[in-house]
Amino acid sequence: MTPDATDVALLRALLADGSLTAKDAGVQAGVSQPVAWRRIKRLEEAGVIRGRRVRLDKAKLGFGVTVFLGVKVSARGRGSVEEFERAVTAIPEVQLVQHVLGVYDYRLKVVARDLEDFERILRRRIMTLPGIGEVESNVLLSEEKNEPVRI
Amino acid sequence: MDLSYTEKNMLKIDDTDRRILRALQRDASLTTAEVAEAAGLSTTPCWRRIERMERDGVILGRSVDIDLRKLGFDVTVYLRVRIDKTVRGAFEEFITAARGVPEILSIQTLLGRVDVRMDVVARSLEHYQEILKTRILDLPHVADVEALMLISEVKNDESLSL
Repeated sequence: MTPDATDVALLRALLADGSLTAKDAGVQAGVSQPVAWRRIKRLEEAGVIRGRRVRLDKAKLGFGVTVFLGVKVSARGRGSVEEFERAVTAIPEVQLVQHVLGVYDYRLKVVARDLEDFERILRRRIMTLPGIGEVESNVLLSEEKNEPVRI
Repeated sequence: MDLSYTEKNMLKIDDTDRRILRALQRDASLTTAEVAEAAGLSTTPCWRRIERMERDGVILGRSVDIDLRKLGFDVTVYLRVRIDKTVRGAFEEFITAARGVPEILSIQTLLGRVDVRMDVVARSLEHYQEILKTRILDLPHVADVEALMLISEVKNDESLSL
């Protein structure tokens, strides 16, 4: 679907506050509640809105370390790639698994309580993955910008 | 990394709070009554706990998860940038300039082989090339840029194991 200006305005309102009702999102987009409701429903059905998320402060909940990993996979053949993906996806501390093209094959984001906890995850869970090759770790220091696309 | 800072920042969260947060992580569109039911308490105390966690900044807010490809942004590239740190103030100048580029969605500073990573979205490969040439390579104090292009997302689940 190609979203028009109203869809974009609704998306902007919902990105800023995902708990808005259709009525309140409609007010910000300048449309009535029934129009807003129908549009949001359509955006959800088209898969533009994949879901709603609660944003939590990780550090305040005791998860002080975020690490990005670049991973090379030595696995050959479809079966072994699927096996790697299945195994890495099952690790709860791995929040993000992205198949990428470039110097690495996969990009992972790992959230741990502290560096010691991260080391345990790396040694016991990541380095033991089937087909795992070279791994590069970069520890997150600060988020300088984090905003959804300016649609 | 100063870990005592993290511990100091940690708030007292009890098991009921954890149950509430787990329910919200599973489905952020739940009403307070539904969260209360999932966490095994009644609506009013549940609402008060959510209010408190919002006030304390544990719950930062709610948002929608948008599929950028469905909006026509077919290309996502993760840029890994090394900064020329021999120049004083290079980091700050780089980040200030990068913040102003709308196609750069996020900027994170890192400790490791890479100094900064940035998420860049574009409508097509031609569009990406144009952004790279006109907006990224001109950023100050860039020593080296490496790109990883997203093929597919195998997992994207920000849930914490609370």
